[in-house]
Amino acid sequence: MTYIPISPRERDAMLETIGVKSLDDLFEDVPAKHRFPKLDLPPALTEMEVLDELSGLAQANENVHSDLISFLGAGAYNHYIPSVVDHMLRRGEFYTAYTPYQPEISQGTLQAIFEYQSLMCALTGMEVSNASHYDGATAAAEAVNLAFAQFRGKRRKVVVSPTVHPQYRAVIRTYTQGMDLELAGDDPNADLESSPENLQSLVSEDTCLVIVQYPDFFGRIYDYTKLIEAAHAKGALVCVVANPTALAMFKTPGAMGADIVVGDGQPLGIPLWYGGPSVGFFTTRKQYVHKMAGRLVGETMDSKGQRSYVLTLTAREQHIKRERATSNICTNQGLIALGTAVYLSLLGKKGLRQVAELCYQKAHYAAAQLSKIEGMGLCFSEPFFHEFALCLNRPVEEVNAHLLEHGILGGYNLGQDYPALKNHMLIAVTEMNTKEDIDALVEALSEVSHD
Amino acid sequence: MNIPTNLKYTKSDEWFDPATGAMGITDYAQSQLSDIVFVELLVEEGDTLEAGKPIASVESVKASAEIYAPAGGKVAAVNKGLADKPEAINSDPYGEAWMIQLEGAAEGDLMDSAAYEKYCAERTH
Repeated sequence: MTYIPISPRERDAMLETIGVKSLDDLFEDVPAKHRFPKLDLPPALTEMEVLDELSGLAQANENVHSDLISFLGAGAYNHYIPSVVDHMLRRGEFYTAYTPYQPEISQGTLQAIFEYQSLMCALTGMEVSNASHYDGATAAAEAVNLAFAQFRGKRRKVVVSPTVHPQYRAVIRTYTQGMDLELAGDDPNADLESSPENLQSLVSEDTCLVIVQYPDFFGRIYDYTKLIEAAHAKGALVCVVANPTALAMFKTPGAMGADIVVGDGQPLGIPLWYGGPSVGFFTTRKQYVHKMAGRLVGETMDSKGQRSYVLTLTAREQHIKRERATSNICTNQGLIALGTAVYLSLLGKKGLRQVAELCYQKAHYAAAQLSKIEGMGLCFSEPFFHEFALCLNRPVEEVNAHLLEHGILGGYNLGQDYPALKNHMLIAVTEMNTKEDIDALVEALSEVSHD
Repeated sequence: MNIPTNLKYTKSDEWFDPATGAMGITDYAQSQLSDIVFVELLVEEGDTLEAGKPIASVESVKASAEIYAPAGGKVAAVNKGLADKPEAINSDPYGEAWMIQLEGAAEGDLMDSAAYEKYCAERTH
Protein backbone atom coordinates (compact mmCIF):
# COMPACT_ATOMS: atom_id res chain seq x y z
CA MET A 1 0.00 0.00 0.00
CA THR A 2 1.35 3.39 -0.96
CA TYR A 3 1.09 6.22 1.53
CA ILE A 4 1.05 8.86 -1.20
CA PRO A 5 -2.63 9.51 -1.44
CA ILE A 6 -2.76 10.70 -5.01
CA SER A 7 -0.32 11.05 -7.91
CA PRO A 8 -0.79 13.70 -10.64
CA ARG A 9 -1.64 10.95 -13.11
CA GLU A 10 -4.29 9.47 -10.82
CA ARG A 11 -5.72 12.93 -10.25
CA ASP A 12 -5.99 13.61 -13.97
CA ALA A 13 -7.64 10.25 -14.52
CA MET A 14 -10.20 11.01 -11.84
CA LEU A 15 -10.90 14.49 -13.20
CA GLU A 16 -11.36 13.06 -16.68
CA THR A 17 -13.72 10.36 -15.40
CA ILE A 18 -16.07 12.89 -13.81
CA GLY A 19 -15.75 15.25 -16.75
CA VAL A 20 -13.88 18.17 -15.20
CA LYS A 21 -10.82 19.76 -16.75
CA SER A 22 -8.94 20.93 -13.70
CA LEU A 23 -9.13 20.91 -9.90
CA ASP A 24 -10.20 24.58 -9.95
CA ASP A 25 -13.21 23.70 -12.10
CA LEU A 26 -14.27 21.25 -9.44
CA PHE A 27 -14.59 24.06 -6.93
CA GLU A 28 -16.14 26.68 -9.21
CA ASP A 29 -19.39 26.63 -7.23
CA VAL A 30 -17.53 27.93 -4.18
CA PRO A 31 -17.12 31.71 -4.50
CA ALA A 32 -13.43 32.54 -4.97
CA LYS A 33 -13.18 34.59 -1.79
CA HIS A 34 -14.36 31.62 0.28
CA ARG A 35 -11.86 29.20 -1.17
CA PHE A 36 -8.71 28.22 0.67
CA PRO A 37 -6.85 31.47 1.41
CA LYS A 38 -3.27 32.19 0.35
CA LEU A 39 -1.01 31.49 3.33
CA ASP A 40 1.37 34.18 4.38
CA LEU A 41 4.19 31.99 5.62
CA PRO A 42 7.84 32.83 6.25
CA PRO A 43 10.43 31.15 4.03
CA ALA A 44 10.91 27.45 4.72
CA LEU A 45 13.62 26.47 7.21
CA THR A 46 16.15 23.67 6.88
CA GLU A 47 15.86 20.62 9.14
CA MET A 48 18.77 21.90 11.23
CA GLU A 49 17.12 25.27 11.74
CA VAL A 50 13.76 23.69 12.62
CA LEU A 51 15.37 21.42 15.20
CA ASP A 52 17.16 24.39 16.72
CA GLU A 53 13.99 26.46 16.93
CA LEU A 54 11.83 23.67 18.35
CA SER A 55 14.50 22.69 20.90
CA GLY A 56 14.55 26.28 22.07
CA LEU A 57 10.77 26.24 22.50
CA ALA A 58 10.90 22.90 24.35
CA GLN A 59 13.56 24.20 26.71
CA ALA A 60 11.30 27.06 27.69
CA ASN A 61 9.11 24.47 29.45
CA GLU A 62 9.96 23.30 32.91
CA ASN A 63 9.31 19.68 33.76
CA VAL A 64 9.03 17.61 36.90
CA HIS A 65 12.00 15.40 36.04
CA SER A 66 14.91 17.80 35.95
CA ASP A 67 13.59 21.31 36.65
CA LEU A 68 10.96 21.27 39.36
CA ILE A 69 10.02 19.40 42.50
CA SER A 70 6.30 18.75 42.14
CA PHE A 71 3.61 18.61 44.81
CA LEU A 72 0.83 19.05 42.30
CA GLY A 73 -1.70 16.22 41.94
CA ALA A 74 -5.46 16.74 41.90
CA GLY A 75 -6.10 13.87 39.52
CA ALA A 76 -2.76 13.46 37.70
CA TYR A 77 0.20 12.14 39.66
CA ASN A 78 3.94 12.11 39.21
CA HIS A 79 4.99 8.49 39.65
CA TYR A 80 8.10 6.63 38.59
CA ILE A 81 7.67 4.89 35.24
CA PRO A 82 9.98 1.92 34.61
CA SER A 83 11.63 2.29 31.20
CA VAL A 84 10.23 -1.04 30.02
CA VAL A 85 6.78 0.57 29.77
CA ASP A 86 7.91 2.93 27.04
CA HIS A 87 9.89 0.21 25.26
CA MET A 88 6.79 -1.96 25.05
CA LEU A 89 4.58 0.90 23.86
CA ARG A 90 7.02 1.73 21.06
CA ARG A 91 6.99 -1.75 19.61
CA GLY A 92 5.64 -1.44 16.07
CA GLU A 93 3.09 -4.21 16.61
CA PHE A 94 1.35 -2.13 19.24
CA TYR A 95 2.31 1.40 18.29
CA THR A 96 0.80 1.34 14.81
CA ALA A 97 -2.26 -0.71 15.64
CA TYR A 98 -5.59 0.85 14.94
CA THR A 99 -8.90 -0.59 16.13
CA PRO A 100 -8.95 -4.14 14.86
CA TYR A 101 -12.14 -4.17 12.80
CA GLN A 102 -11.55 -7.84 12.17
CA PRO A 103 -10.47 -8.18 15.77
CA GLU A 104 -9.75 -11.89 15.97
CA ILE A 105 -6.93 -11.55 13.49
CA SER A 106 -5.09 -9.34 16.01
CA GLN A 107 -4.56 -11.92 18.74
CA GLY A 108 -1.72 -9.94 20.34
CA THR A 109 -3.84 -6.81 20.71
CA LEU A 110 -6.76 -8.81 22.06
CA GLN A 111 -4.54 -10.63 24.55
CA ALA A 112 -3.10 -7.31 25.77
CA ILE A 113 -6.63 -5.94 26.27
CA PHE A 114 -7.65 -9.16 28.05
CA GLU A 115 -4.68 -8.83 30.41
CA TYR A 116 -5.56 -5.18 31.04
CA GLN A 117 -9.16 -6.09 31.86
CA SER A 118 -8.08 -8.87 34.22
CA LEU A 119 -5.69 -6.53 36.06
CA MET A 120 -8.38 -3.86 36.44
CA CYS A 121 -10.84 -6.39 37.87
CA ALA A 122 -8.26 -7.59 40.38
CA LEU A 123 -7.42 -4.03 41.39
CA THR A 124 -10.99 -2.83 41.86
CA GLY A 125 -12.46 -6.08 43.19
CA MET A 126 -15.03 -6.17 40.41
CA GLU A 127 -16.17 -8.86 37.96
CA VAL A 128 -15.87 -7.32 34.50
CA SER A 129 -13.86 -4.51 32.94
CA ASN A 130 -14.23 -2.98 29.53
CA ALA A 131 -11.27 -2.21 27.29
CA SER A 132 -11.10 1.39 28.62
CA HIS A 133 -12.39 4.90 28.06
CA TYR A 134 -10.70 8.20 27.25
CA ASP A 135 -10.07 9.16 30.86
CA GLY A 136 -11.46 8.89 34.35
CA ALA A 137 -13.98 11.69 33.83
CA THR A 138 -15.59 10.14 30.75
CA ALA A 139 -15.64 6.75 32.47
CA ALA A 140 -17.54 8.35 35.36
CA ALA A 141 -20.01 9.91 32.92
CA GLU A 142 -20.49 6.52 31.25
CA ALA A 143 -21.42 5.12 34.66
CA VAL A 144 -24.37 7.54 34.58
CA ASN A 145 -25.34 6.21 31.14
CA LEU A 146 -25.21 2.64 32.42
CA ALA A 147 -27.38 3.36 35.44
CA PHE A 148 -29.83 5.45 33.42
CA ALA A 149 -30.22 2.61 30.90
CA GLN A 150 -30.45 -0.02 33.63
CA PHE A 151 -33.67 1.56 34.86
CA ARG A 152 -34.77 2.40 31.29
CA GLY A 153 -35.01 6.08 32.12
CA LYS A 154 -37.55 5.51 34.90
CA ARG A 155 -35.14 6.82 37.55
CA ARG A 156 -34.00 10.32 36.66
CA LYS A 157 -31.86 11.43 39.58
CA VAL A 158 -28.11 11.06 40.04
CA VAL A 159 -26.55 11.89 43.41
CA VAL A 160 -22.99 13.18 43.00
CA SER A 161 -20.85 13.83 46.04
CA PRO A 162 -19.40 17.38 46.05
CA THR A 163 -16.03 15.78 46.83
CA VAL A 164 -15.85 14.07 43.44
CA HIS A 165 -13.18 15.78 41.28
CA PRO A 166 -14.68 19.11 40.07
CA GLN A 167 -13.65 18.40 36.48
CA TYR A 168 -15.29 14.97 36.58
CA ARG A 169 -18.48 16.62 37.79
CA ALA A 170 -18.23 19.11 34.94
CA VAL A 171 -17.88 16.28 32.40
CA ILE A 172 -20.86 14.48 33.95
CA ARG A 173 -22.90 17.68 33.60
CA THR A 174 -21.87 17.97 29.95
CA TYR A 175 -22.65 14.32 29.20
CA THR A 176 -26.07 14.41 30.83
CA GLN A 177 -27.38 17.69 29.46
CA GLY A 178 -30.54 17.05 27.50
CA MET A 179 -31.18 13.73 29.26
CA ASP A 180 -33.62 15.41 31.64
CA LEU A 181 -31.65 14.14 34.62
CA GLU A 182 -31.46 15.77 38.01
CA LEU A 183 -27.96 15.99 39.47
CA ALA A 184 -28.23 16.23 43.25
CA GLY A 185 -25.41 16.96 45.68
CA ASP A 186 -23.21 18.50 42.98
CA ASP A 187 -22.76 21.70 44.96
CA PRO A 188 -19.36 23.35 45.62
CA ASN A 189 -20.90 25.21 48.56
CA ALA A 190 -21.94 22.01 50.33
CA ASP A 191 -20.55 21.15 53.76
CA LEU A 192 -17.28 19.44 52.84
CA GLU A 193 -16.74 18.04 56.33
CA SER A 194 -20.02 16.22 56.22
CA SER A 195 -19.76 12.42 56.41
CA PRO A 196 -20.48 10.58 53.16
CA GLU A 197 -23.39 8.85 54.90
CA ASN A 198 -25.18 12.21 54.82
CA LEU A 199 -25.54 11.78 51.05
CA GLN A 200 -28.15 9.15 51.93
CA SER A 201 -30.72 11.86 52.52
CA LEU A 202 -30.51 12.79 48.83
CA VAL A 203 -31.05 9.20 47.62
CA SER A 204 -34.67 8.48 46.76
CA GLU A 205 -36.70 5.89 44.85
CA ASP A 206 -36.07 8.10 41.82
CA THR A 207 -32.26 7.79 42.07
CA CYS A 208 -30.49 5.63 39.51
CA LEU A 209 -26.90 6.27 40.63
CA VAL A 210 -24.82 7.61 43.50
CA ILE A 211 -21.25 8.71 42.68
CA VAL A 212 -18.50 9.07 45.28
CA GLN A 213 -14.71 9.29 45.02
CA TYR A 214 -12.10 7.12 46.77
CA PRO A 215 -9.90 8.69 48.03
CA ASP A 216 -12.08 11.77 47.60
CA PHE A 217 -10.84 14.92 45.85
CA PHE A 218 -9.17 16.04 49.12
CA GLY A 219 -7.36 12.72 49.48
CA ARG A 220 -9.61 11.46 52.28
CA ILE A 221 -10.32 7.76 52.71
CA TYR A 222 -13.80 6.62 53.67
CA ASP A 223 -15.36 3.20 53.87
CA TYR A 224 -18.46 3.62 51.70
CA THR A 225 -20.02 0.27 52.69
CA LYS A 226 -22.86 1.85 54.70
CA LEU A 227 -23.66 4.45 52.07
CA ILE A 228 -23.72 1.72 49.42
CA GLU A 229 -26.06 -0.42 51.52
CA ALA A 230 -28.37 2.54 52.01
CA ALA A 231 -28.36 3.35 48.29
CA HIS A 232 -29.10 -0.28 47.43
CA ALA A 233 -32.00 -0.23 49.89
CA LYS A 234 -33.52 2.49 47.67
CA GLY A 235 -32.76 0.45 44.57
CA ALA A 236 -30.03 2.78 43.30
CA LEU A 237 -26.63 1.74 41.92
CA VAL A 238 -23.37 3.15 43.28
CA CYS A 239 -20.31 4.18 41.30
CA VAL A 240 -16.98 4.70 43.05
CA VAL A 241 -14.38 6.85 41.28
CA ALA A 242 -11.10 5.41 42.51
CA ASN A 243 -7.39 6.18 42.41
CA PRO A 244 -5.84 2.89 41.23
CA THR A 245 -2.62 3.33 43.25
CA ALA A 246 -4.63 3.65 46.47
CA LEU A 247 -6.44 0.41 45.69
CA ALA A 248 -3.22 -1.53 46.25
CA MET A 249 -3.35 -0.53 49.89
CA PHE A 250 -6.97 -0.05 50.91
CA LYS A 251 -10.18 -2.07 50.87
CA THR A 252 -11.45 -2.33 47.29
CA PRO A 253 -14.70 -0.64 46.25
CA GLY A 254 -15.80 -4.10 45.09
CA ALA A 255 -15.52 -5.32 48.69
CA MET A 256 -17.65 -2.35 49.79
CA GLY A 257 -20.40 -3.48 47.43
CA ALA A 258 -19.97 -0.92 44.63
CA ASP A 259 -21.79 -1.64 41.37
CA ILE A 260 -19.42 0.32 39.15
CA VAL A 261 -15.81 1.33 39.78
CA VAL A 262 -14.16 3.81 37.42
CA GLY A 263 -11.07 5.97 37.51
CA ASP A 264 -8.13 7.38 35.66
CA GLY A 265 -5.33 4.98 34.78
CA GLN A 266 -2.70 7.73 34.53
CA PRO A 267 -1.02 6.90 37.88
CA LEU A 268 -0.24 3.44 36.48
CA GLY A 269 2.81 4.18 34.35
CA ILE A 270 1.45 6.99 32.19
CA PRO A 271 3.44 10.28 32.09
CA LEU A 272 1.92 13.61 33.04
CA TRP A 273 2.56 14.75 29.48
CA TYR A 274 0.69 17.98 28.76
CA GLY A 275 -2.48 16.82 30.50
CA GLY A 276 -3.18 13.80 28.32
CA PRO A 277 -3.77 11.42 26.68
CA SER A 278 -4.88 9.33 29.57
CA VAL A 279 -7.02 6.25 30.01
CA GLY A 280 -10.19 5.64 31.99
CA PHE A 281 -10.90 2.28 33.51
CA PHE A 282 -14.45 1.02 33.88
CA THR A 283 -15.36 -2.06 35.86
CA THR A 284 -18.73 -3.38 36.95
CA ARG A 285 -20.65 -6.49 37.91
CA LYS A 286 -21.63 -9.19 35.43
CA GLN A 287 -25.31 -8.36 35.64
CA TYR A 288 -24.72 -4.90 34.12
CA VAL A 289 -22.38 -5.96 31.35
CA HIS A 290 -24.97 -5.51 28.59
CA LYS A 291 -25.40 -1.86 29.53
CA MET A 292 -21.66 -1.18 29.61
CA ALA A 293 -20.13 1.01 26.91
CA GLY A 294 -17.12 0.06 24.87
CA ARG A 295 -15.82 -3.40 24.23
CA LEU A 296 -14.97 -6.49 26.20
CA VAL A 297 -12.41 -9.09 25.20
CA GLY A 298 -12.82 -12.69 26.32
CA GLU A 299 -10.69 -15.80 26.34
CA THR A 300 -11.82 -18.88 24.44
CA MET A 301 -10.51 -21.91 22.55
CA ASP A 302 -10.09 -22.16 18.81
CA SER A 303 -11.02 -25.19 16.68
CA LYS A 304 -7.67 -26.79 17.50
CA GLY A 305 -8.18 -26.45 21.23
CA GLN A 306 -5.66 -23.60 21.55
CA ARG A 307 -6.17 -20.64 23.85
CA SER A 308 -7.34 -17.62 21.88
CA TYR A 309 -9.06 -14.28 22.39
CA VAL A 310 -12.26 -12.85 20.94
CA LEU A 311 -14.17 -9.60 21.05
CA THR A 312 -16.91 -11.03 23.29
CA LEU A 313 -19.19 -8.08 23.71
CA THR A 314 -19.76 -4.68 22.18
CA ALA A 315 -23.39 -4.46 23.19
CA ARG A 316 -23.75 -0.70 22.83
CA GLU A 317 -21.49 -0.03 19.87
CA GLN A 318 -22.52 1.02 16.41
CA HIS A 319 -21.64 -2.11 14.46
CA ILE A 320 -24.02 -4.09 16.67
CA LYS A 321 -26.67 -1.55 17.61
CA ARG A 322 -26.64 0.51 14.39
CA GLU A 323 -28.67 3.71 14.81
CA ARG A 324 -29.58 2.72 18.37
CA ALA A 325 -25.93 2.70 19.48
CA THR A 326 -25.21 4.66 22.63
CA SER A 327 -21.44 4.21 22.62
CA ASN A 328 -18.76 4.91 20.10
CA ILE A 329 -15.48 4.24 21.78
CA CYS A 330 -13.57 2.86 18.79
CA THR A 331 -9.81 2.85 19.14
CA ASN A 332 -10.11 4.70 22.42
CA GLN A 333 -6.99 4.45 24.53
CA GLY A 334 -5.74 1.01 23.61
CA LEU A 335 -2.09 1.98 23.67
CA ILE A 336 -2.36 3.82 26.97
CA ALA A 337 -4.32 0.94 28.49
CA LEU A 338 -1.51 -1.33 27.36
CA GLY A 339 0.94 0.97 29.17
CA THR A 340 -0.96 0.51 32.43
CA ALA A 341 -1.04 -3.27 31.92
CA VAL A 342 2.73 -3.34 31.37
CA TYR A 343 3.28 -1.17 34.44
CA LEU A 344 1.09 -3.36 36.66
CA SER A 345 2.68 -6.55 35.33
CA LEU A 346 6.14 -5.18 36.08
CA LEU A 347 5.36 -4.02 39.59
CA GLY A 348 3.14 -6.90 40.56
CA LYS A 349 0.91 -6.98 43.61
CA LYS A 350 3.75 -6.30 46.04
CA GLY A 351 5.43 -3.63 43.95
CA LEU A 352 2.26 -1.61 43.56
CA ARG A 353 1.58 -1.88 47.27
CA GLN A 354 5.10 -0.65 47.91
CA VAL A 355 4.47 2.39 45.69
CA ALA A 356 1.21 3.08 47.54
CA GLU A 357 2.87 2.74 50.94
CA LEU A 358 5.72 5.05 49.97
CA CYS A 359 3.21 7.66 48.83
CA TYR A 360 1.22 7.24 52.02
CA GLN A 361 4.20 7.47 54.37
CA LYS A 362 5.79 10.42 52.61
CA ALA A 363 2.49 12.31 52.42
CA HIS A 364 1.98 11.78 56.14
CA TYR A 365 5.50 12.97 56.90
CA ALA A 366 4.87 16.07 54.79
CA ALA A 367 1.51 16.72 56.44
CA ALA A 368 3.02 16.40 59.93
CA GLN A 369 5.87 18.79 59.11
CA LEU A 370 3.68 21.32 57.32
CA SER A 371 1.08 21.45 60.07
CA LYS A 372 3.81 22.61 62.48
CA ILE A 373 4.25 25.84 60.52
CA GLU A 374 2.65 28.76 62.28
CA GLY A 375 -0.32 30.13 60.37
CA MET A 376 -0.87 26.92 58.43
CA GLY A 377 -2.73 23.73 59.19
CA LEU A 378 -4.42 20.67 57.81
CA CYS A 379 -7.93 21.42 56.69
CA PHE A 380 -9.48 18.02 57.47
CA SER A 381 -8.85 15.47 60.19
CA GLU A 382 -10.00 12.29 58.40
CA PRO A 383 -7.52 9.60 57.31
CA PHE A 384 -5.96 10.38 53.94
CA PHE A 385 -3.88 8.65 51.28
CA HIS A 386 -1.24 10.73 49.48
CA GLU A 387 -2.96 14.07 49.18
CA PHE A 388 -4.24 16.56 51.72
CA ALA A 389 -5.69 20.07 51.92
CA LEU A 390 -3.46 22.64 53.59
CA CYS A 391 -4.85 25.88 54.96
CA LEU A 392 -2.61 28.90 54.24
CA ASN A 393 -2.60 32.40 55.66
CA ARG A 394 -2.48 34.08 52.26
CA PRO A 395 -3.69 33.51 48.67
CA VAL A 396 -2.55 30.28 46.99
CA GLU A 397 -1.38 32.16 43.87
CA GLU A 398 1.01 34.20 45.99
CA VAL A 399 2.35 31.14 47.80
CA ASN A 400 2.81 29.19 44.57
CA ALA A 401 4.70 32.08 42.97
CA HIS A 402 7.07 32.03 45.95
CA LEU A 403 7.50 28.25 45.74
CA LEU A 404 8.26 28.44 42.03
CA GLU A 405 11.17 30.76 42.80
CA HIS A 406 12.52 27.89 44.91
CA GLY A 407 12.05 25.40 42.08
CA ILE A 408 8.94 23.92 43.63
CA LEU A 409 5.67 23.33 41.82
CA GLY A 410 3.13 23.95 44.55
CA GLY A 411 -0.27 22.41 45.17
CA TYR A 412 -3.62 22.81 43.52
CA ASN A 413 -5.62 25.95 44.34
CA LEU A 414 -8.82 24.63 45.91
CA GLY A 415 -10.45 28.06 46.09
CA GLN A 416 -11.07 28.01 42.33
CA ASP A 417 -13.59 25.16 42.80
CA TYR A 418 -14.77 25.54 46.38
CA PRO A 419 -15.48 29.09 47.61
CA ALA A 420 -15.18 27.98 51.25
CA LEU A 421 -11.63 26.76 50.59
CA LYS A 422 -10.15 30.09 49.62
CA ASN A 423 -6.44 30.08 50.65
CA HIS A 424 -6.41 26.28 50.64
CA MET A 425 -3.92 24.21 48.70
CA LEU A 426 -4.18 20.53 47.81
CA ILE A 427 -0.76 18.94 48.21
CA ALA A 428 0.12 15.60 46.61
CA VAL A 429 3.17 13.57 47.64
CA THR A 430 4.37 10.51 45.75
CA GLU A 431 7.34 8.16 45.84
CA MET A 432 9.08 10.67 43.56
CA ASN A 433 9.38 13.19 46.38
CA THR A 434 12.47 12.61 48.53
CA LYS A 435 12.69 13.63 52.18
CA GLU A 436 14.93 16.51 51.01
CA ASP A 437 12.20 17.63 48.57
CA ILE A 438 9.62 17.61 51.36
CA ASP A 439 11.94 19.47 53.74
CA ALA A 440 12.57 22.05 51.02
CA LEU A 441 8.81 22.54 50.67
CA VAL A 442 8.44 22.93 54.44
CA GLU A 443 11.25 25.49 54.53
CA ALA A 444 9.92 27.50 51.60
CA LEU A 445 6.42 27.53 53.08
CA SER A 446 7.76 28.58 56.50
CA GLU A 447 9.43 31.55 54.82
CA VAL A 448 6.28 32.65 53.06
CA SER A 449 4.20 32.13 56.18
CA HIS A 450 6.37 34.48 58.22
CA ASP A 451 6.85 37.10 55.52
CA MET B 1 -39.90 -22.86 8.22
CA ASN B 2 -42.47 -23.26 10.97
CA ILE B 3 -45.41 -20.86 10.58
CA PRO B 4 -48.38 -21.98 12.72
CA THR B 5 -51.74 -21.28 11.08
CA ASN B 6 -53.47 -20.15 14.29
CA LEU B 7 -51.21 -17.14 14.73
CA LYS B 8 -51.05 -13.66 13.19
CA TYR B 9 -47.81 -12.01 12.02
CA THR B 10 -46.18 -8.60 11.65
CA LYS B 11 -43.84 -7.29 8.96
CA SER B 12 -41.15 -7.00 11.64
CA ASP B 13 -41.43 -10.77 12.28
CA GLU B 14 -43.35 -10.94 15.52
CA TRP B 15 -46.13 -13.47 16.04
CA PHE B 16 -49.35 -12.78 17.93
CA ASP B 17 -51.84 -15.30 19.25
CA PRO B 18 -55.34 -13.72 19.11
CA ALA B 19 -56.70 -16.48 21.37
CA THR B 20 -54.32 -15.91 24.30
CA GLY B 21 -52.82 -12.48 23.62
CA ALA B 22 -49.29 -13.95 23.75
CA MET B 23 -46.56 -12.79 21.40
CA GLY B 24 -42.95 -13.48 20.47
CA ILE B 25 -40.69 -13.59 17.44
CA THR B 26 -41.07 -16.00 14.56
CA ASP B 27 -39.07 -19.00 13.49
CA TYR B 28 -37.91 -16.97 10.49
CA ALA B 29 -36.66 -14.16 12.76
CA GLN B 30 -34.73 -16.48 15.06
CA SER B 31 -33.11 -18.26 12.10
CA GLN B 32 -32.03 -14.90 10.63
CA LEU B 33 -30.57 -13.70 13.93
CA SER B 34 -28.82 -17.03 14.60
CA ASP B 35 -27.71 -17.93 18.17
CA ILE B 36 -29.45 -15.58 20.58
CA VAL B 37 -27.34 -14.77 23.62
CA PHE B 38 -29.24 -12.01 25.37
CA VAL B 39 -32.80 -10.85 25.72
CA GLU B 40 -34.12 -7.95 27.73
CA LEU B 41 -37.80 -7.24 28.12
CA LEU B 42 -38.42 -3.50 28.10
CA VAL B 43 -41.96 -3.53 29.52
CA GLU B 44 -43.50 -4.60 32.77
CA GLU B 45 -46.78 -6.14 33.80
CA GLY B 46 -49.44 -3.47 33.89
CA ASP B 47 -47.87 -1.22 31.22
CA THR B 48 -50.19 -0.03 28.48
CA LEU B 49 -48.75 -0.35 25.00
CA GLU B 50 -49.44 0.90 21.53
CA ALA B 51 -48.82 -1.35 18.57
CA GLY B 52 -45.29 -0.84 17.24
CA LYS B 53 -43.74 0.15 20.55
CA PRO B 54 -40.47 -1.66 21.41
CA ILE B 55 -41.11 -4.35 24.00
CA ALA B 56 -37.82 -6.23 24.01
CA SER B 57 -34.23 -6.08 22.87
CA VAL B 58 -32.59 -9.23 21.54
CA GLU B 59 -28.91 -9.80 20.84
CA SER B 60 -27.48 -12.66 18.87
CA VAL B 61 -23.88 -13.43 18.03
CA LYS B 62 -24.48 -11.54 14.75
CA ALA B 63 -26.75 -8.63 15.52
CA SER B 64 -29.01 -6.81 17.90
CA ALA B 65 -32.71 -6.30 17.23
CA GLU B 66 -35.63 -4.51 18.79
CA ILE B 67 -38.87 -6.43 19.12
CA TYR B 68 -42.11 -4.46 18.68
CA ALA B 69 -45.61 -4.94 20.07
CA PRO B 70 -47.77 -6.51 17.33
CA ALA B 71 -50.88 -5.05 18.92
CA GLY B 72 -51.85 -2.42 21.47
CA GLY B 73 -53.17 -3.29 24.89
CA LYS B 74 -52.33 -3.82 28.51
CA VAL B 75 -49.44 -6.11 29.44
CA ALA B 76 -51.07 -8.96 31.40
CA ALA B 77 -47.88 -11.01 31.85
CA VAL B 78 -44.21 -11.04 30.90
CA ASN B 79 -42.04 -14.13 30.50
CA LYS B 80 -39.64 -13.48 33.35
CA GLY B 81 -37.72 -16.72 32.83
CA LEU B 82 -36.70 -15.78 29.28
CA ALA B 83 -33.78 -13.55 30.32
CA ASP B 84 -32.06 -16.55 31.89
CA LYS B 85 -32.72 -18.75 28.88
CA PRO B 86 -32.39 -16.63 25.72
CA GLU B 87 -31.57 -19.72 23.67
CA ALA B 88 -35.24 -20.77 24.02
CA ILE B 89 -35.95 -18.19 21.31
CA ASN B 90 -33.95 -20.38 18.93
CA SER B 91 -35.32 -23.72 20.10
CA ASP B 92 -38.98 -22.93 20.75
CA PRO B 93 -39.93 -19.48 19.43
CA TYR B 94 -43.69 -20.08 19.55
CA GLY B 95 -43.83 -21.86 22.91
CA GLU B 96 -41.33 -21.46 25.71
CA ALA B 97 -40.02 -18.21 24.24
CA TRP B 98 -43.24 -16.21 24.37
CA MET B 99 -42.32 -12.70 25.48
CA ILE B 100 -45.38 -10.91 26.77
CA GLN B 101 -49.11 -11.49 26.98
CA LEU B 102 -51.48 -8.67 26.08
CA GLU B 103 -54.95 -8.11 27.47
CA GLY B 104 -57.75 -6.47 25.51
CA ALA B 105 -55.42 -6.29 22.55
CA ALA B 106 -56.37 -4.04 19.67
CA GLU B 107 -55.00 -5.89 16.70
CA GLY B 108 -53.44 -3.76 14.06
CA ASP B 109 -52.78 -4.67 10.46
CA LEU B 110 -51.51 -8.25 10.89
CA MET B 111 -50.89 -11.00 8.33
CA ASP B 112 -52.29 -14.51 8.46
CA SER B 113 -49.92 -17.47 8.13
CA ALA B 114 -50.31 -17.76 4.36
CA ALA B 115 -49.54 -14.09 3.80
CA TYR B 116 -46.59 -14.28 6.19
CA GLU B 117 -45.19 -17.38 4.48
CA LYS B 118 -45.31 -15.50 1.18
CA TYR B 119 -43.69 -12.45 2.81
CA CYS B 120 -40.82 -14.61 4.13
CA ALA B 121 -40.36 -16.36 0.80
CA GLU B 122 -40.09 -12.99 -0.99
CA ARG B 123 -37.26 -11.93 1.28
CA THR B 124 -35.38 -15.20 1.03
CA HIS B 125 -35.02 -14.94 -2.77
